[in-house]
Amino acid sequence: MSDHQHIVSAFDRDLEAIQAMLMKMGGMVEAAILDSAKALETRDVELAERVREGDKAIDEMEERVNEEATRVIALRAPTASDLRTVMTVIKISANLERCGDYAKNLAKRVSVLVESPEVNGTAVSIARMSRDVQHMLKEALDAYIQRDAALAEDIIQRDEDVDQMYTALFRQLLTHMMEDPRNITPCMHLHFIAKNIERMGDHVTSIAEQVVYLVTGTMPEDPRPKRDRSSFISEGV
Amino acid sequence: MDDLRVTQRTVTMNDIKISAKGVDVFYGDNHAIKDVTVDIEDKTVTAFIGPSGCGKSTFLRCLNRMNDTIPIARVTGEIRLDGEDIYDKRVDPVQLRAKVGMVFQKPNPFPKSIYDNIAYGPRIHGLAKDKAELDEIVEKSLRRGAIWDEVKDRLNEAGTGLSGGQQQRLCIARAIATEPEVLLMDEPCSALDPIATGQVEELIDELRQNYSVVIVTHSMQQAARVSQKTAFFHLGDLVEYGETGHIFTNPEDQRTESYITGRIG
Repeated sequence: MSDHQHIVSAFDRDLEAIQAMLMKMGGMVEAAILDSAKALETRDVELAERVREGDKAIDEMEERVNEEATRVIALRAPTASDLRTVMTVIKISANLERCGDYAKNLAKRVSVLVESPEVNGTAVSIARMSRDVQHMLKEALDAYIQRDAALAEDIIQRDEDVDQMYTALFRQLLTHMMEDPRNITPCMHLHFIAKNIERMGDHVTSIAEQVVYLVTGTMPEDPRPKRDRSSFISEGV
Repeated sequence: MDDLRVTQRTVTMNDIKISAKGVDVFYGDNHAIKDVTVDIEDKTVTAFIGPSGCGKSTFLRCLNRMNDTIPIARVTGEIRLDGEDIYDKRVDPVQLRAKVGMVFQKPNPFPKSIYDNIAYGPRIHGLAKDKAELDEIVEKSLRRGAIWDEVKDRLNEAGTGLSGGQQQRLCIARAIATEPEVLLMDEPCSALDPIATGQVEELIDELRQNYSVVIVTHSMQQAARVSQKTAFFHLGDLVEYGETGHIFTNPEDQRTESYITGRIG
């Protein structure tokens, strides 16, 4: 964003307001990711329930962000970096909303998972993966506010770590299921959780791409690395 | 919807209509235009934008030698229309202005009938050999000016009796009556209400089929709406010139960015 202020200062206030709302929404989603992972790790059904409840507030926030952003377009006719700010706010709010849904879904599955025995170490790996994604999200939002395209590019590259973690978990869960059919129910749920976290990583990557667009005016050119090899895994692993 | 804007970027470059190289303009000691080089395309609307005093109107006036009428103005550099130097001694400015028409900020119809407003140019340039031919030119020009239906039954009434928006379209029709190749417009809508502005903008878009249109405007939204190319002037410099969509989403120069986003530069 340009360092200069608008001649009409209310325009600055409007742009700041929608970005502040987006950051608040980002904070809510980060908390949902952390809490759902913690609930999984500690088998805390109450905390999981709070995450599920909290998703409504995230959805409402998305609606408010989009309403305000639409108003800015209608009333201020933003151009150049101002226009990119508004467009990216709208797109990122959608990414955040999806992340919130995935966290909610994770929390839902916790209440089922507590009914079956723990599957050796997997919840811990998933919680770690979740914290990594939350950390990437935090950095992506920092990159947004600081208009830091280099940091955003770095985050885009790091999505492959999440993909690799997911692929490793996929193999692990498959092995547990083959070993003992009683593991199938919890492992199925754990697999969906891992997949959802991997999808969150994709949304975080998309946020980072929006940061690059916001700062440079063009989307990042290099296709991002894809290390999710799970689509190619068969029983013979 | 017939949205040309979407296809605009894929259309191949039009021919160059006006080519300016290293143009400087001085008003006495004041260096109003500094080394401006620009190629203006045919069948394209080109918008000149920039803050007051940036030189956009001055540069526009160079394109049909209107600055000749200001004694202290001095123009150096080269401006070519279809490859011919318009500042060459052999060029008659009156003939040039028939080829490069102009529409001004305030509608300025002659205190004559609507018919005579249009017929004036073709008469002095001898474009019609008889009354029937002149009638034809008048009708054609008024139709192209998108005002024919509103005035066809009162061609003998005074042009000054029309509404502001109608007067401006009459002036545009008058400017195109001499079959110009380029149409220069200096703030053509600043004295008009939004509806008349819309009608003139629609007309500008239609005129693009046949002419190269250059418009100076203080309304950036107008530049964004009507033009395919935009040039941003600042303190006599041509700061940036490019495809309008690009200028308004991702300008290259910080000064352009500051201006179009409404910041203090």
